[in-house]
Amino acid sequence: MNNTVSQTAPSLRAQPLQQFRFNALRRFKPLLFLVPFLVLFFLFQIAPVIWIIVNSFMADQQFSLEHYQEIFASAFILQAFSNSLWLAFWSSAISLCLALFFVASLRRVDCWVRDAVVSFTNMTANFSGVPLAFAFIILLGFNGALTLLLKKFGLIDDFNLYGQWGLLTLYVYFQVPLATLLLYPAFDALNDDWQAACELLGAKKWQFWQQVALPVLSPAILGTFIILIANAIGAYASVYALTTGNYNVITVRIASLVSGDIFLEPNLAAAISVLLMVILAFITVINQTLIRRSYHDKK
Amino acid sequence: MIKSDQLYHYSVVYGICGLLFLPILATFFYSISSSWGATILPDGLTFKWYLMLWQDMRFIDAFSRSLLISGAALLLCSLLILPLLFVVFYYFPKLQALFNLLILLPFAVPPVVSSVGLLQLYADSAFPLVGTPWILIGTYFTIAVPFMYRAIANSFSSLNLNDLMDSAHLLGASTRQAFFLIVLPNLKKGLLASLFLSFSFLLGEFVFANMLVGTRYETLQIYLYNMRQTSGHFTSALVISYFAFIFFFTWLASRFSRGTQQ
Repeated sequence: MNNTVSQTAPSLRAQPLQQFRFNALRRFKPLLFLVPFLVLFFLFQIAPVIWIIVNSFMADQQFSLEHYQEIFASAFILQAFSNSLWLAFWSSAISLCLALFFVASLRRVDCWVRDAVVSFTNMTANFSGVPLAFAFIILLGFNGALTLLLKKFGLIDDFNLYGQWGLLTLYVYFQVPLATLLLYPAFDALNDDWQAACELLGAKKWQFWQQVALPVLSPAILGTFIILIANAIGAYASVYALTTGNYNVITVRIASLVSGDIFLEPNLAAAISVLLMVILAFITVINQTLIRRSYHDKK
Repeated sequence: MIKSDQLYHYSVVYGICGLLFLPILATFFYSISSSWGATILPDGLTFKWYLMLWQDMRFIDAFSRSLLISGAALLLCSLLILPLLFVVFYYFPKLQALFNLLILLPFAVPPVVSSVGLLQLYADSAFPLVGTPWILIGTYFTIAVPFMYRAIANSFSSLNLNDLMDSAHLLGASTRQAFFLIVLPNLKKGLLASLFLSFSFLLGEFVFANMLVGTRYETLQIYLYNMRQTSGHFTSALVISYFAFIFFFTWLASRFSRGTQQ
């Protein structure tokens, strides 16, 4: 015991610099625990993105903008972009409005109803993709129960679930629960006394919403909107299951270029993917500037 | 005035809930009806579709594959994220900003886009991953990361970690002991809530499974998709059975997350 102490003591004095280095290294030893996570995350999340960006600019092993030119020359791919954006914009706008009314009313009902409804919304938020597409076929397909019911009452002539409006309905369905869950906590910012104060000052209900509530909520509303747009643009499973890839949206185009049977063009798919990410980034930037200009930041 | 207001609020809440519930209800009725052609109501009721489904070995196999992969991905996720968050929160709090950005990536990059890169990178690699369950475990790990990270990070920030660790050290515990005996039990609820929630949507994952593996390792969603040509009643029974599971797991999740708020 004594022996070891007397042996290490001089060595410590003799190599102060080395000891210092050793201590500095030891301080960073916990970082080792981050390594496995970072490696795995890099392999399955970051590396694919890098591959996509690099290869979107490659044609025949060298740098070129060929794929981007191809996209802008192809009416088919441009149509996919416009279909996706149309669906994303309108489904997000409609579900945001629905969710606003929903959450505003949800704040005014009994506690136990509220808790039950929030749990239920949580569950329906997970009801998407292939199972949802099947449920919609049963309900709104050519022989769907609701289609027949509405036809019988003469409200509609025919409903094509497999086209633009059918898809919009489907998108709205899976966006409403998400919008609700995202907006629900934001309504905590609204003080109940404000509404009473507005009424006392003679404001009508719509004036309260227009002048007080919506400006206060605007950062949350804009933030929710961007998540909904991203969610809708990236949606693939439900469209694919509903139309087996026959409706032209951008995710279906990308998938068919890498996993189709006939024409495999991974680099073109990469270029489309890059444009998709650019659009998402662009919307996010606009959104951030709007949020910055809104009520909360001025305060 | 007040009464009519209440009436309005209740009708909005119940109305939207009803609309959200309609597809589930229709699917449920479809799954227990013997046949339902071009009429508004079904002809007769039966449970034979459920019996048929639960006796189908292909379904049992697909279901257990899904459970296995989701479970493995979540185990991996917890094993890597728990020490990571501890290190970040205890030793290097400044790294939080970096990780908050990193975990946004799975949101910003849609699965279809990631799989373009994944297919090219790992189809011809030395150890071919595409078409094997391994690549699904890896990608499911990335899907679960943002949710698990956020939930556990929230638990960590409500924990007062530094004081807790200091008192543990003062009482003679090593850092490892403190982590396993003090920090981990405190995170249990947040961890379980996020696990159940992630589990329920990993069971519903279709894009990666379809594009990277397909029928070579048939998961629940792929099976569901491949069964679309068979009887609609059969697929409805499948959808409802699947939804019952989702229901159960989200219910568990909300129970545990309510526990953490109190």
